[in-house]
Amino acid sequence: MILIRAIGLMLLLLQGTLLPSNASEADLRVVIAKFATAANFPAIEAVVRELAASGDPAVERPLAALAEGSLYVRKADSLVFVGKESGDGIELLDALTGERSGEAAKADITKIKVNNTLRRVIRDALGTLTLGSKDPAVRIAAADTMFKTPDAANIEPLDTAIANESVASVKALLEQARAASVLVSDRPEADKLAAIALIGARSDRDAVSLLTSVEASSEGAVKDAATAAIANINSTLALWDAGQNVWYGISLGSVLLLAAIGLAITFGVMGVINMAHGEMVMLGAYTTFVVQEVIRNSFPGLFDWSLVIALPLAFLVAALVGLVIERGLIRFLYGRPLETLLATWGVSLILQQAVRTIFGPTNQEVGNPSWMSGSFNIGQLAVTWNRLWILVFALGVFAVLLYVMKRTPWGLQMRAVTANRRMAASMGIRTPWVDALTFALGSGIAGIAGVALSQIDNVSPNLGRGYIIDSFMVVVFGGVGNLWGTLVGAFSLGIVNKFLEPYAGAVLGKIVVLVLIILFIQKRPRGLFALKGRSVEA
Amino acid sequence: MRGSFSTITKMFSAGVVTAGLLMSIPARAADDTIKVGILHSLSGTMAISETTLKDAMLMLIEEQNAKGGLLGKKLEAVVVDPASNWPLFAEKARELISKDKVAAVFGCWTSVSRKSVLPVFSELDNILFYPVQYEGEESERNVFYTGAAPNQQAIPAVDYLMSEDGGSVKRWVLEGTDYVYPRTTNKILEAYLKAKGVAAEDIMVNYTPFGFSDWQTEVSAIKKFGSAGKKTAVVSTVNGDANVPFYKELGNQGIKAEDIPVMAFSVGEEELAGLDTAPLVGHLAAWNYFESVDTPENAKFIADWHKFIKNDKRTTNDPMEAHYIGFNMWVKAVEKAGTTDPDKVIDAMVGVSVPNLTGGYSTMMPNHHITKPVLIGEIQADGQFETVSQTPGLVMGDEWSDYLPDSKDLISDWRAPLSCGNFNVATGKCGGKGTN
Repeated sequence: MILIRAIGLMLLLLQGTLLPSNASEADLRVVIAKFATAANFPAIEAVVRELAASGDPAVERPLAALAEGSLYVRKADSLVFVGKESGDGIELLDALTGERSGEAAKADITKIKVNNTLRRVIRDALGTLTLGSKDPAVRIAAADTMFKTPDAANIEPLDTAIANESVASVKALLEQARAASVLVSDRPEADKLAAIALIGARSDRDAVSLLTSVEASSEGAVKDAATAAIANINSTLALWDAGQNVWYGISLGSVLLLAAIGLAITFGVMGVINMAHGEMVMLGAYTTFVVQEVIRNSFPGLFDWSLVIALPLAFLVAALVGLVIERGLIRFLYGRPLETLLATWGVSLILQQAVRTIFGPTNQEVGNPSWMSGSFNIGQLAVTWNRLWILVFALGVFAVLLYVMKRTPWGLQMRAVTANRRMAASMGIRTPWVDALTFALGSGIAGIAGVALSQIDNVSPNLGRGYIIDSFMVVVFGGVGNLWGTLVGAFSLGIVNKFLEPYAGAVLGKIVVLVLIILFIQKRPRGLFALKGRSVEA
Repeated sequence: MRGSFSTITKMFSAGVVTAGLLMSIPARAADDTIKVGILHSLSGTMAISETTLKDAMLMLIEEQNAKGGLLGKKLEAVVVDPASNWPLFAEKARELISKDKVAAVFGCWTSVSRKSVLPVFSELDNILFYPVQYEGEESERNVFYTGAAPNQQAIPAVDYLMSEDGGSVKRWVLEGTDYVYPRTTNKILEAYLKAKGVAAEDIMVNYTPFGFSDWQTEVSAIKKFGSAGKKTAVVSTVNGDANVPFYKELGNQGIKAEDIPVMAFSVGEEELAGLDTAPLVGHLAAWNYFESVDTPENAKFIADWHKFIKNDKRTTNDPMEAHYIGFNMWVKAVEKAGTTDPDKVIDAMVGVSVPNLTGGYSTMMPNHHITKPVLIGEIQADGQFETVSQTPGLVMGDEWSDYLPDSKDLISDWRAPLSCGNFNVATGKCGGKGTN
């Protein structure tokens, strides 16, 4: 009993702190009601500004809702509500308190329209309002917004906030935001020079952006200081740019590695020119799509696990298809590369059209789990989570494959068959089954590559087409039959490509890489790491 | 490297197509039907966009038949698959006209496929309805352009971004796929922006290959270009499949629409269907139609479409509306001419006016382009667009851009007595040249 009462009391207190005082609440409601009659964007903007001018933190709820496009007017009585989708209708919440106040069908309410300009106005307004928030992340966001949209009027609230701030990192950001505001104010030159020094220390793109506009609008010592600070930041950024290119190259390399690693088995180890390799990747991506569909419809809570669940399934699906292709077609064509090429090309067309018939020609939506969305910064380098995970995943797959090839009996048999088929057969190895399983393994690996690629590319019947050429390029360049060659080949092609792109453009960059590979193959026909042995002579 | 396989590709796709055709040739039609050709890729890279248009055409023809057909005869669709293979488009067009004797053809998506069929249509004198927004710089007697010309899409879109509502953009990134439509459109836009006083260093133009999927460098270049203290926007003519990875990378690198909006000319409801649009809210597209447009005509069209395709999730898009307009115009022109003879229908087409889906009427102009409203929409979290700006009236398609030196003196008027697609008003002669 006491406990319940205590909780009740706490809730009451909590509500008390959240609710604005009644007098101002009534005023705010009058302003909010104006949304119902605001016919165009300038009119809505005027209401937003009026709300923001009240300085009451309670306006955060309606303003944030407006920015998200979830502020509605009920047609019957022109009252303004925050709406939340629930089933077929919309749940209406009070615009100020967030209390539930009924439901409405979509036809009975109109959404208040919002555009980018409005969103920006709202973001700036919220920046000032949320400066005193309890959540440091909100304060950081507020400081960030105020840094990007400096205003002389911001200096005073920022001074107060800085005095009250206890977290050092947030304080630094607030001081930078204040410095930005000082630069656009009419404060004395000494203050501005100090502000430029402070902002210059940030050495990021936002700082350059701000200082460039300061440079353009001021003169004398301030202008010189801004110019110097920009030059300084730019030289730092140039270094980061190089680092960024390396990272982008590694990331592209990991995608190439993933796409090529299955081919390194089917083409590299077995010597089958498998034009349907890309379609195995596609099948893996479609498996991911199906898994996600099932999860979305039946077990929404598992969505973050969808990729983990899809991995073994994609492997099985692609491996099974690979097995069927090998047993049904390729085994009759060993030693006849041209026929294999044509036949597997035909298989790839059949698979594409089959998927197109079953799933339709349009892209399918494969979502990113939360742990694969967004990015984080290392200095000035933005690293996106999905790329990082794909890199980790590619290396993981590579390590497992290497282990299978070098350390397991099956791997030994595979290598034995590749090195000398007849000798292996006379040692009692069932070469046809080794062939079939090797092909299935290569296809299965392509399938799990599809799971990863579904995160960064379209899931459409054409998915595989985009990767087949690159995959062959990587395997041939790295050295046919050598897994390490594939690894080195993928990463070096990725990095060279990404270093060329900023200078030559994506189109020319790709051509240059192709020419380089052709020249390289002329010089070393067996690629980077040539495998010594019979298989390459054959 | 792709080139070395292309012969094989052609060989195979041709084979597959022929095989498909042999199976799908309709029963010998009696003479009391009017045949309508549908020339859209059902396989290959463009199938993703063009298959939908084929289905839309089948629906329109079915509806017309339910209404009693045309001139007392039933319409019969003849579907062929040019398999995203440009030379095959010309072959298939020839087959439709010479062998199947169709009265008109609805088809093509890419400009290169249109260019490849042009000679066939003028040689065999038939009619092509082209439903996709394109780069302009063309006006043919046998082609009716129901998609947008640059002044019905690109120019109003840039005007919107320059306006206060659109954010008073001062710095421009023109990002496109490397082929004729983006290159010509960007050429027009560059000339237009410079005419509006934008400095050359405030314009960045970049092209990427078809199906490009690794956008990291490009997106960070946009970020860098956007940090020069001036409001920046991206005008994207990136085509087809490359859009999904492009938008994913924008979302992941945290480029928000409030900071650097992306205005796209080739991204519609269909392209967004394969994408989680929550991080993209606020990015823009310019079209003449959005599925979200709230008119009774559109509500009926969407309901019909869902019924026909038996899937409530399928979206409608701008090129579908273009076919809707084009087909209805053709029906009206045939009724006006009282015959399906292409020559007479071509003459009857000019001036025909039919309702569009956005609540107005579209009229066929003498330059074989139509009048349309221009809508600017922002992407919403549910994958739809919300109109944030609309031209006050209808915009007439201008085939020869006024902003390119080669084409600014050209006009097109297919009515007698001028009957010329590229009349040079400066020299007073028919036969000026455009940029391509």
